[in-house]
Amino acid sequence: MDTMLNVAAKESDIGQATKPVLELENLRVSYYTDAGRAIALDGVDLTLMAGEKLGLVGESGSGKSTMALAMMRMIKPPGRIEEGRVIVDDTDLTALSEQDMLRARLSKISYIPQGAMNSLNPVLRVGAQLMDAMKAHVPDMPKDEMQAHCIRSLESVDLKANVFKMFPHELSGGMKQRVCIAIGILLKPKVIIADEPTSALDVVTQRQVMETIDRVQKQIGATVILIGHDMGLMAQFVDKVAVMYTGRFMEISPVRDMFLKPAHPYAQALIRSLPNLENKGVFQGIPGIAPSLLSLPGGCAFHPRCPFVMDICREQRPPFETFQENRQVACYLYTEKARS
Amino acid sequence: MTALLEMKNVSKVYSRGLLSKISTTALDNMSLTLKEETPTIVTVAGESGSGKTTLAMLLLGFIEATAGQIIYKGTDITKLRGEERMTFRREVQAVFQDPFSVFNPFYTVDHLLSVPIKKFKLARNKQDAFERMEEALTAVGLQPNEIIGRYPHQLSGGQRQRINVARALVLRPKLLIADEPVSMVDASLRATILETLQNLQRSYGVSIIYITHDLTTAYHIAESIVVLYRGQVMEAGSVDDVIKKPQHPYTRLLIDSIPWPDINRRWGETEIEAKESELSDYSKGCRFLARCPFAMEKCQPAPPPLFQLSQFQAAACYLFDQHPKLASEQLTELLPV
Repeated sequence: MDTMLNVAAKESDIGQATKPVLELENLRVSYYTDAGRAIALDGVDLTLMAGEKLGLVGESGSGKSTMALAMMRMIKPPGRIEEGRVIVDDTDLTALSEQDMLRARLSKISYIPQGAMNSLNPVLRVGAQLMDAMKAHVPDMPKDEMQAHCIRSLESVDLKANVFKMFPHELSGGMKQRVCIAIGILLKPKVIIADEPTSALDVVTQRQVMETIDRVQKQIGATVILIGHDMGLMAQFVDKVAVMYTGRFMEISPVRDMFLKPAHPYAQALIRSLPNLENKGVFQGIPGIAPSLLSLPGGCAFHPRCPFVMDICREQRPPFETFQENRQVACYLYTEKARS
Repeated sequence: MTALLEMKNVSKVYSRGLLSKISTTALDNMSLTLKEETPTIVTVAGESGSGKTTLAMLLLGFIEATAGQIIYKGTDITKLRGEERMTFRREVQAVFQDPFSVFNPFYTVDHLLSVPIKKFKLARNKQDAFERMEEALTAVGLQPNEIIGRYPHQLSGGQRQRINVARALVLRPKLLIADEPVSMVDASLRATILETLQNLQRSYGVSIIYITHDLTTAYHIAESIVVLYRGQVMEAGSVDDVIKKPQHPYTRLLIDSIPWPDINRRWGETEIEAKESELSDYSKGCRFLARCPFAMEKCQPAPPPLFQLSQFQAAACYLFDQHPKLASEQLTELLPV
């Protein structure tokens, strides 16, 4: 299928884009709990070009969803965005008023949440829920034009026009998920964040939904951030993979490099733990458990589980640096300091 | 030699409505035998609605079969009474999908382990009970002193799921029914749980029915696989044959759709030929008919029988009708142990 191009073609697509569409600058989010302050996102920097697809992976609690919510400015108390900026298409979202932010959601940046299919209102027809978004964002558009636009959006995700008049319970899980994607792309946002969009679906439907996202993304030229812990899905879908651990990026690499020669020891362990057809019966989990955000180990947060731990890792936190073209890693194995 | 568990032409039909006869066949004429002396891991795979959870519920005796018999050590499980029933309850254990909701948040996790010990009177005294708990936790790769006395919220999903396995193990089961045990656990922890299950089979002689939609994990843990679609067996055999050389159009679709974590094996090399079906297609014939790219006339009147393709592989599809037919009762012969 032509929507799933080979890697070489994907990389040439990236080459054409010049201007960053999404920039995160030192984004920091904390949750204030009774037991103390948990830094769920610890100064994250990220730049993405138009049409790029980034996969964000990490264990539960590593800050993936927090990052998505922070970008949408949907962090609720006891959580707070402490500092940092989210720039989408030259607009700093963190500087917008609440009113302007409401308009920016869906038109500049949209979010397809985990288990999105359960977010549809069961007593409203699908059409009414799409129209709702249109009315909020483009109230001046004539009604029949709005409706035509909604139906085009449904058709672009492979749904028939009659879905517009149906109730959510009349649709299968995969169809509901595609309705949510249709809502997400209704206003042609620059950035689409999909938080485990297929975790509740079975493999066949999952492939169809992912191919839908892929096709739509190409049509509107949006940047996609796919959040999940299914590395298989990442291998099939994204251009770049970012590995998160305890609210920090450990490594960002092009998908090919990430799978064939991962750099960070955590990324290496993650890739090694994947089942494939060659290593039947070999189970390689990652030893140890992820630390609590309330009591992070000093230095590199991964050092207690790291097989290559050095003295410096216990004392100082490694900077997140470029070590090869297009690849960044936060590990002293790759930085000057370790060598001296 | 009596089998540990024998399913004989088991069907389960759910009917809806008092007057109208709307019914859904969740499981259609399934036969399967597990032998006591050769513990094995059998995967039952299929998408949602394929009847795999119905199968688990039937085997655990939670629901009754509409037709056919499930025989445990020579006795129909619906006819088990008194002590025999307790033995069945003890020897057939389950691990469910969600490691979060099975714990009562008000009790420490030892509660989950100590209740079955008390109920089945497995320990003579407190010390004995504690030792059994420790032994089971160690067997699943946990440190007892790190776990006992903790509350569920203090443990990770992977740890909790292993405690569930330990709970089953405390009872010295003969058969473990694992219904999607790793689907809600982080990918990085799946490997450890699968390893734990495999150890159970190897070191404790427990047979495992591993129910999943994830064929990658199935391939790694199981010896044999049965692929279900809407209650019918589509393909069965050894995991190596079925997953590496799938034959039935449905199995091929399933395997092609797996997002392999392998950068050199990508989606798109094989196009999805079968599309999502409408919700209401319940033909008398092959259940996969509406989605099948190779649908033929003869698929309509009745579901195709299994055709044996090799010693350890058979597919229920008329595409293979040049091969010898296999009665559904013979399914077990296809499954290597």
